[in-house]
Amino acid sequence: MELLANLGLGFDTAFTLTNLLYCLAGVALGTLIGVLPGLGPVATIAMLLPATFGLPPVSALIMLAGIYYGAQYGGSTTAILVNLPGETSSVVTALDGYQMARQGRAGKALATAAIGSFFAGTVATFLLAVFAPPLADIALKFGPAEYFSLMVLGLIGSIVLAHGSLLHAIGMIVLGLLLGMMGTDINSGMARYTFDTPELADGISFVVLAMGMFGLGEIIRNLEDEELRSAMVTKVSGLMPSREDLKRIAAPILRGTAVGALLGILPGGGAILAAFAAYSVEKKISPNSAQFGKGAIEGVAAPEAANNAGAQTSFIPMLTLGIPSNPVMALMIGAMIIQGIQPGPMVMIEQPALFWGIIVSMWIGNLFLVILNLPLIGLWVRLITIPYRLLYPAILVFCAIGVFSINNREFDIYLMALFGLLGYILAKLDCEMAPLLLAFILGPMMEEYLRRALLISRGDPMVLVERPISATMLALSVVALLLVLVPAFRKTREVAFQEDD
Amino acid sequence: MSAIRNPKDFWAGLIYLGIGLGAVYIAQDYEMGTAVRMGPGYFPNVLGSVLALVGLIALLRSFMRPGEAIGRLAWREAVLVLGATALFGMLVRGAGLALSVLVLVVISSYASRQFRLRSSVFLALGLAVFGVLVFIKGLGIPLPLWGKWLGG
Repeated sequence: MELLANLGLGFDTAFTLTNLLYCLAGVALGTLIGVLPGLGPVATIAMLLPATFGLPPVSALIMLAGIYYGAQYGGSTTAILVNLPGETSSVVTALDGYQMARQGRAGKALATAAIGSFFAGTVATFLLAVFAPPLADIALKFGPAEYFSLMVLGLIGSIVLAHGSLLHAIGMIVLGLLLGMMGTDINSGMARYTFDTPELADGISFVVLAMGMFGLGEIIRNLEDEELRSAMVTKVSGLMPSREDLKRIAAPILRGTAVGALLGILPGGGAILAAFAAYSVEKKISPNSAQFGKGAIEGVAAPEAANNAGAQTSFIPMLTLGIPSNPVMALMIGAMIIQGIQPGPMVMIEQPALFWGIIVSMWIGNLFLVILNLPLIGLWVRLITIPYRLLYPAILVFCAIGVFSINNREFDIYLMALFGLLGYILAKLDCEMAPLLLAFILGPMMEEYLRRALLISRGDPMVLVERPISATMLALSVVALLLVLVPAFRKTREVAFQEDD
Repeated sequence: MSAIRNPKDFWAGLIYLGIGLGAVYIAQDYEMGTAVRMGPGYFPNVLGSVLALVGLIALLRSFMRPGEAIGRLAWREAVLVLGATALFGMLVRGAGLALSVLVLVVISSYASRQFRLRSSVFLALGLAVFGVLVFIKGLGIPLPLWGKWLGG
């Protein structure tokens, strides 16, 4: 059994004391930012990236991954206890979770969330281990044409799945691609959009962009309507769900896991979309659908399983193809590049210990999270009461020092402030930041692959449609784009995101 | 301005159009190349044009389809937060990390409506000590504790 051998290698890698500690640090930090509203995984990972430069690659990636899926756990704790979703992905958990808490069933809601997440995390980790190798095998046969088409599909996917206006999603993607053009062109050595500034010769660091737009921009938005967070924390008791509860949540957890695992792989997907979709599905088919919104335990189980499954399976395209499906994965790719690892299908072959170590660490991390979240729940609850006025200056300090330390220059701090302003203004205009960051990372790669594909085909653009895999992906992109323009689908899409409000 | 029925579309469109046209204008200096050997100007020109087009559509749409108002822009908060950050950059080498963190924290926390001088000074002191211990002593980031202006 090759799978067992691979997992064995993963266990060997992940079970060293150092890596266990980094995994624990990652999930603890993830839970922390999940609990604290106004601080998301993208900004946190961007902030911590510079600090991981000195770590061995496996430890760095294990910790960063832990932050991402740990945040999904923490976010649900506050959603249930105080109706304050710490992360967007736990917005739907608050619907029924908080109602349960008000009825004195907070403990059960938290336990359901933990059980659902752990189950989903385990299944998704297993899926990752099973499907990653064959996918990487296929990806090894990819030429530049296939990669280009795959990235087109990825970007179209993030347009289709973007929350707001389609036009703005397209605008933000093109803007992101353009920003990615800045710096020296690899083929000709020509400096593009550098405004004769030597600091821009290597382009904009994605850490600067992400910290500015997600970190600083978000702070200003939060300050705009700063509210007093008086946490009326319910006392948590009765953690263990009864046998009947377990029966009720079994099917929703299974369905949530399936929905989440599937949506996590999609570009633009990940935890957020997974949670929304799973809740909608459950509301439609559950025999207790009348209770939804009034404290239905199914309404907690399904989205919690889904967001965790989605968070884990979004690693599949990142680890096997080297293509990010959401902003967090884009940052992970950046982290790999900084560590000197070329993301893509070769990672699994050249660095099997790293690859399998990360996968196994996710399962261990999920186990840590159950321990961290159930018995230690009181500790996290107390953190909710930290007022935002003490929190955001601390975030600023980390951002400023972190961004400085990438290249040891002040220029990046100014650039980050500029992107903070741009991010705030664009957010005010309902332009979503996630597609922009995705396009920013993919842009230079797309240009490179297209140029290479055309060079090989001697300038014949038909190469993109003559190769079957490439043609399939382009066809899928066209279908996806046409679908969103069809009025009926458009309406469904709008309804699907209605739950957001 | 009453002709604009969707201010969000209008301003976003203007930003796209401006950046798109600017990108195309600058890219005139870059070689387009041929399809076989794309020059450095190929992608920027195409992308800039598409962005300008998206902006144009958004602009036109803003006169036709109604939309929500933009809402209050938090200029005071933005200036304080971003200004404090930029100031940190200007001070950090000259005055050193400890003082720059103090300045950054105190000025930026003034942006909060619940600003209290005492607690923000305590926070600043705590973060300065923490920053020095973690980033200078721990991670060895080449930043002076006290900058050259202070003879550090």
